[in-house]
Amino acid sequence: MGEKTRGFDKKWIQTYMLIFIVIGLGVILSFISSNFLTVTNLLNVVRQIAVNGILAIGMTIVCLTGGIDLSVGSIVAFSGIIAAGMLRDTGYPIIIIVLAAIVVGAVCGLYNGYFVAYWNAAPFVVTLSMMTIARGMTYVYSDGRPISNLRTEFLTIGKGSIAGIPIPTLILVVVFILGSIMLTKLKFGRYVYAVGGNENAAMVSGINVKRIKMMVYVLSGIACGIAAIILTARVSAGLPQAGESYELDAIAATVIGGTSLSGGRGRLWGTIVGAVLLGIVNNGLDLLNVSSFYQQIVKGLIILGAILIDSKRNS
Amino acid sequence: MENIVLEARNITKRFPGVLALSNVNFRLVKGKVHALMGENGAGKSTLMKIIAGIYQADEGNVFLHGEKVVFHTPKQALTNGISMIHQELSPILDMTIAENLFLGKEFCKGKFIDYRRMNSEATALMERVGVDLPPTMLMKELSVSQMQMIEIAKALAYNAEIIIMDEPSATITEREIANLFEIIQGLKEDGRCIVYITHKMDEVFRIADEITVFRDGQYIGTYDADDIDENQLVVKMVNRELTEIYPKKNNKAADEILRVENLCQKGVFEDISFTLRKGEILGFSGLMGSGRTEVMNALFGITHPTSGTIYINGEKVDKPNPRKIISKGIGYVTEDRKGNGLVLEMSVYDNTILPSLSKLSNRMGVVNRRKALEVAEEYKEKLKIKTPGLQQTVKQLSGGNQQKIVLAKWLIQNPDIIIFDEPTRGIDVGAKTEIYKLVANLAEEGKAIIFISSEMPEILGMSDRVIVFYEGKKTGELSIEEATQERIMMYASDVEKGGA
Ligand SMILES: Nc1ncnc2c1ncn2[C@@H]1O[C@H](COP(=O)(O)OP(=O)(O)OP(=O)(O)O)[C@@H](O)[C@H]1O
Ligand SMILES: [Mg+2]
Repeated sequence: MGEKTRGFDKKWIQTYMLIFIVIGLGVILSFISSNFLTVTNLLNVVRQIAVNGILAIGMTIVCLTGGIDLSVGSIVAFSGIIAAGMLRDTGYPIIIIVLAAIVVGAVCGLYNGYFVAYWNAAPFVVTLSMMTIARGMTYVYSDGRPISNLRTEFLTIGKGSIAGIPIPTLILVVVFILGSIMLTKLKFGRYVYAVGGNENAAMVSGINVKRIKMMVYVLSGIACGIAAIILTARVSAGLPQAGESYELDAIAATVIGGTSLSGGRGRLWGTIVGAVLLGIVNNGLDLLNVSSFYQQIVKGLIILGAILIDSKRNS
Repeated sequence: MENIVLEARNITKRFPGVLALSNVNFRLVKGKVHALMGENGAGKSTLMKIIAGIYQADEGNVFLHGEKVVFHTPKQALTNGISMIHQELSPILDMTIAENLFLGKEFCKGKFIDYRRMNSEATALMERVGVDLPPTMLMKELSVSQMQMIEIAKALAYNAEIIIMDEPSATITEREIANLFEIIQGLKEDGRCIVYITHKMDEVFRIADEITVFRDGQYIGTYDADDIDENQLVVKMVNRELTEIYPKKNNKAADEILRVENLCQKGVFEDISFTLRKGEILGFSGLMGSGRTEVMNALFGITHPTSGTIYINGEKVDKPNPRKIISKGIGYVTEDRKGNGLVLEMSVYDNTILPSLSKLSNRMGVVNRRKALEVAEEYKEKLKIKTPGLQQTVKQLSGGNQQKIVLAKWLIQNPDIIIFDEPTRGIDVGAKTEIYKLVANLAEEGKAIIFISSEMPEILGMSDRVIVFYEGKKTGELSIEEATQERIMMYASDVEKGGA
């Protein structure tokens, strides 16, 4: 009996290890930088992680099926530039423009999903192709120039707050809740785990494996569309080079959060904590005036550390 | 008139390089258990997969209640009342028992999954097959036999009219088999049809009403179980008489080669001591899950014992790990071929020579392909591995042939001590006798052999000495002269516990 309790405690600590690390890091940072534990700074951090958080949620769902989506950064740029273009060229209400960006993201995701699911193509390769296609289309559409002077009501989405909380953060929370419900409460979520855990078993149990595989990329695309709106509004422009290497941050948050890249295992809240961790580290290093070159190295080491914790947990 | 539920007529199925089924017939009668028999690679699983919508026939038709049906997906077969327990286990390890049981047919309240209901239904379903586990337990925490029982329960959950069981008993204990047979009896009375595939002769005559035999993808015939006896059945399957199942032994046990003293692994097994001599076959008997495999894993250095010592050739082995143990001349034919026996995506050739690569290559590490092919070919012949060629992917071989490749892999290594863990699981009668002969020959050559088996006749037929395990303890050691079925059973169950 005693042994059992101890085992439980150990498991519990390992499961929530990440949260402790985040809190510990916060405490350390608040000691070495007086600017860290201020309301303005913390709100800044949660605003900044929104884009990566949303992308990482989509990425996690893809990774749960054993896939990967390298095209998210480019899709963000493409959806963003379309939204910016529409804002410049048309008088459509904001909601239409938001929907348009999401549809653009979903269509790009559909391309990924279709070839992965129905042509049995490797996710790495298919999404790599989408990555360059979407980037190329972004440059074609924008002629390689930023699209700025956007309507101020639109910019509120990126810069505004409701009851003191940044709107991007609120959007992230909504996306997270919807995503969590989908993964844990709906059949679709179970099938996502099943496909990643053992595709054959899922197929034999009468699950439409191909459809599930396609849908996860569409969802990732939708997440890209939402992230694109936030990003475009935050930087007040559609930039053709936006979102560069965002896929790497999204994968990092996913992996740090304990999702297995071979599929079948992972949790959305872990991903969010992973995104928060990355956000805090970036912010802390910024406050300490550490050059962004070093920040890259630190990020790499964090990813390694997360993997080590995870492999310990599963041994 | 008989009530025919399902009929497959003139089915032909080709795989690249293999004619898996050639013009076969099969039919199921309401309320009967139909055994499908045949050697490894005879096409049993293939026909069942066609009926269950996993493969499609190249030629021929399937009729369900007299109507022609073609299933393109397992789902279509399931909705038409056909469920299947697959030969190769396919649980989703990171999901709970309940989630596995109801995968694809979750209980929902509106749009949301109703976990409460799912868990309680799972408990009820497990009770039906005699498994007592919490429904929220993760699948990966289960033993192989528990997983198999869950697979069986899962097939029952569909409430299907036709239930196909492809070697369901290969990995479960005697008690669980008894449970399974009771369930089958119940289903029969309920008017369901059951297809039962097995290589265990005694089971066939215990449970089957009708028997169909395939050989090499050909339909041989369908017989009433009362009109045929075991010998006749074997002749139909292998097309020759099998006179001696177990080879005559004239092993002369010589010097001690292995000594294990007080080996313990906390919570798994305790205080295991035994010795092994050259030229001897040491049988390890016991129920499934009695700790035999665990002791072997510790001996081989896969897991780490908490205490105890191992001597090989009188030399103490410090901190064993598989590399060290292999270099000391021990080979281990593991029980779980998919888990650690084979690289399923690689070819027959690659798998066979994998552990011997360093012996087959020169100092620069270049593999002598001609020699390697020769060796692979030699063992393919020796073990009668049925494959269209050495380059065939192992995944596409029938279950029994995969097992033979695991054997080949180790035999090429030519170790002094060989551990066989359930080496004949899923292997047909013909091939079984081949393997027995092979093991006996090895012993005669002076190799020391540990032979783990849950099948009593096999232990009695093969061993020179028998060690019996019960719940992680060595409960008895018998010379073959002393060993009887009854005595082994007594040591292998809790009967003796009070008195000992
Ligand atoms: N997916 C596949 N691709 C290629 N060949 C296959 C495939 N599945 C089965 N085969 C081949 O078809 C033949 C019949 O195999 P099947 O699995 O039906 O045999 P079985 O009677 O079930 O044997 P066992 O008793 O060993 O399970 C074998 O020669 C096998 O190698
Ligand atoms: Mg088979």
